[in-house]
Amino acid sequence: MRLSAGPVRTALERLRPARAIGRLEFPYRAPTVPAGVGLPSVRSTVGADYDTDWARRFPARWTRTVLLETVVRGTVRALARPEVRGLDRLDDLRRRAESDDGVASVIFAANHHSHLDSAVLLSSLPEPWRYKVFVGAAADYFFTNKVTSAASALALNAIPIERSKVARRSAGQAEALLREGWSLVIFPEGGRSPDGWGQDHKGGAAWLATRADVAVVPVHIEGTGAILAKGDKRPSPGRSTVTFGAPLRGDAGEDGRALAVRIERSIAALADESGSDWYTARLRAHRDETPALTGPTGGSWRRAWARGARRRGRASASAGLTPRWPDLG
Amino acid sequence: MPRPGFVLDVDRSTPPILFWNGEGLRLERLPAERSRVIYAPEPVDALRDPDAAVRKALLEPMDSDPLPDRLQAGMRLTIAFDDISLPLPPMRRPDNRQRIIEAVLDLAAAAGVDDVHLIAALALHRRMTEDELRHAVGDRVYDAFAPRGLLYNHDAEDPDGMVEIGATPHGEVVRMNKRAAESDLLVYVNINLVAMDGGWKSTATGLADYRSLRHHHNVKTMQASKSFMDQHKSELHSSNWRMGEVLKANGPPIFQIESTLNTDTFPAPFEFLTKREWEWSARDRGLYLGTAKGLAALPGRTNRRILHGIRSPHAMTSVQAGDVDAVHARTTEIVYRQQLVAVEGQTDVLTLGLPYIGPYNVNSILNPVLVMCLGLGYFFNLYRGKPLVRPGGVLIMTHPTRCEFHPVHHPSYIDFFEQVLADTTDPVEVEARFEKQFAEDEWYRHLYRTSYAYHGVHPFYMWYWGAHALDHLGGGSHVIIVGGEPRSVRRLGFRPASTMTDALEMASDHVGREPTITHFHTPPLMMADVS
Repeated sequence: MRLSAGPVRTALERLRPARAIGRLEFPYRAPTVPAGVGLPSVRSTVGADYDTDWARRFPARWTRTVLLETVVRGTVRALARPEVRGLDRLDDLRRRAESDDGVASVIFAANHHSHLDSAVLLSSLPEPWRYKVFVGAAADYFFTNKVTSAASALALNAIPIERSKVARRSAGQAEALLREGWSLVIFPEGGRSPDGWGQDHKGGAAWLATRADVAVVPVHIEGTGAILAKGDKRPSPGRSTVTFGAPLRGDAGEDGRALAVRIERSIAALADESGSDWYTARLRAHRDETPALTGPTGGSWRRAWARGARRRGRASASAGLTPRWPDLG
Repeated sequence: MPRPGFVLDVDRSTPPILFWNGEGLRLERLPAERSRVIYAPEPVDALRDPDAAVRKALLEPMDSDPLPDRLQAGMRLTIAFDDISLPLPPMRRPDNRQRIIEAVLDLAAAAGVDDVHLIAALALHRRMTEDELRHAVGDRVYDAFAPRGLLYNHDAEDPDGMVEIGATPHGEVVRMNKRAAESDLLVYVNINLVAMDGGWKSTATGLADYRSLRHHHNVKTMQASKSFMDQHKSELHSSNWRMGEVLKANGPPIFQIESTLNTDTFPAPFEFLTKREWEWSARDRGLYLGTAKGLAALPGRTNRRILHGIRSPHAMTSVQAGDVDAVHARTTEIVYRQQLVAVEGQTDVLTLGLPYIGPYNVNSILNPVLVMCLGLGYFFNLYRGKPLVRPGGVLIMTHPTRCEFHPVHHPSYIDFFEQVLADTTDPVEVEARFEKQFAEDEWYRHLYRTSYAYHGVHPFYMWYWGAHALDHLGGGSHVIIVGGEPRSVRRLGFRPASTMTDALEMASDHVGREPTITHFHTPPLMMADVS
């Protein structure tokens, strides 16, 4: 039965809990701080200072495994139906890890379009990395309060990463975990794409790889942006593709910046491979013509236009593969 | 450190020995004090970084300019690769071919080569399916080339697809796939599982047609190849090498890439199949019982699905590239180093357990003709020096030898079995009376070109493959198949036996009451270096 306007509906609306909480005032919520008044420094327990050690102990790991195999995998299948490519490129790494009697730590560096990316990537990771992986998550987004911090740490084994400044604690924690045999999932763009094109990479992944002497696996995720883009309230189920690239290692004498450039180029080449075919992508890579992940420069409409053209290119490329009707004259 | 192969003298405390029995397993106790078992060397260590090794081989080839120097924009590049018959069982992804082809294509992309074709060099074998091609070359290469018709199976019966390159001084006509022949560079990507593979046999056989192959795939050549695994005593190889000289003089420039594999044959939980029986743990014994009983209880179709689903953990042990002769000499040396087992003296009775798979029944059925080929053609020839069994000795094999044929893959085998072998099993007579008719049959030709059938003449080649063994043993009566279906075994000209004890009793007709017995415990693959 539909409620008619009137006192009953007004009363119910007044009882909505969110609004009720929003109306609470001091002392039921924290006081506002007068301008020009300094607060005594209090050691923060959230943000980059959130302690996530508990999330790597047995009960949390077990819970996370169950969550990954049930809720996360189910959700990912329902929403994104990922096609995973290039796992064979990790075989040598896996074999080497097995022969060395341990899990070789790896940094999985992926492009970032959507909140779904972590879930899609985590559920696509092969053994032996799938259950011994942590995620670098923005401290100012996922660790703003205790509830979101605990949820991120439990569900993703996330550790807080400072995006706005260089933080010794974030880097030190990530490096220590890599040395303990954990692998890292990180999005070097630092945040989700605002317009469907990639963003410039930050150097954290390369810096960590050089510091901890581990391989970086470039990963390209395609399609999640169309399912749940930044700013979307609801997902639109669709298909996605996860392409793993060949592991990269810092060459002798190569600094983190050079490795970061190689990681970005590798992800761009994987994007090209995902949109065309492997040999065409290799031809373009060698001619230094791999389309940049960041898209063209210029006004926002031109970037949107180019993104549409890229999609049309994919469609026409696949259309070219369908059998042609014979020319009957 | 992997242990080398060795010869075990059977005594009373030797446990029963594992015999393959087609799509089944059996344990046989061999007579003490006069039996021996040859065990294969353990798998050698794989390359730690195979991709780096491939790249190094391409950049620092043997007797050739580096591959990048031989690639330039505007050229016609053809990459030919070994077909489904290698390796056995099919290896886990990524296949050696995929690693090598991707590395070659990466260099070709760097040079801006646009005109690239990839050809499965299958000679007269059946065409590879999409899944099989994907497995061999990888999805990336397949998706980049196959949809545009640039990755395909060699067609030896395409009237416009073959060209004549020339003839050897012995009058052997050399014909080759036209696209390969007219390329500016032909890169051949090979997998060497046994010493017979590779060298000029890759191009002179893999990309040839019947008119070329008949010069060395015939009874006379096979009987003069002692053995196929010893290139210097193999007339099959001599003929291929003569053809190679013609290709060198008049054919396309060839860049040969050969890779070797270790003998790590079976993945978990089937590792016990390659272990020495006295080293089986309780778990291994349990697994054996479960596997043997399970395979015995399940229908053949299910067994085939399980066994042909095995992807071997073979791993690359070496890769070399460049000039065909230089590359193959190095490859053969590595294969010998991995597989040779020194054996002193010949034996009166050689026993073999034939597995479910041979080169010509991958994802298919090991029919009776292929049983003959696997036992007498392949396993018998895994020797250097002298055959393991003495002239006039007896060969005992275990295999059910059911009268089953894959109707799509082996149509001409059915007629060969029912018509030719019903008439004669003598290879010379078979060749003289029936070969041409099957080779030129339009229906078999059609099935070879458009379906997934072996060429009409292929069963003849399988029969010739065993001609040396038949000649050496003294005829089919010296071959006994334990557990074989009597009708099929008799059709092959051999003798069926119910048990190993019966077979040894029957063998006494030729070798007396107290013969020496040698069991060749394979797979994993090895070669007997018989002194």
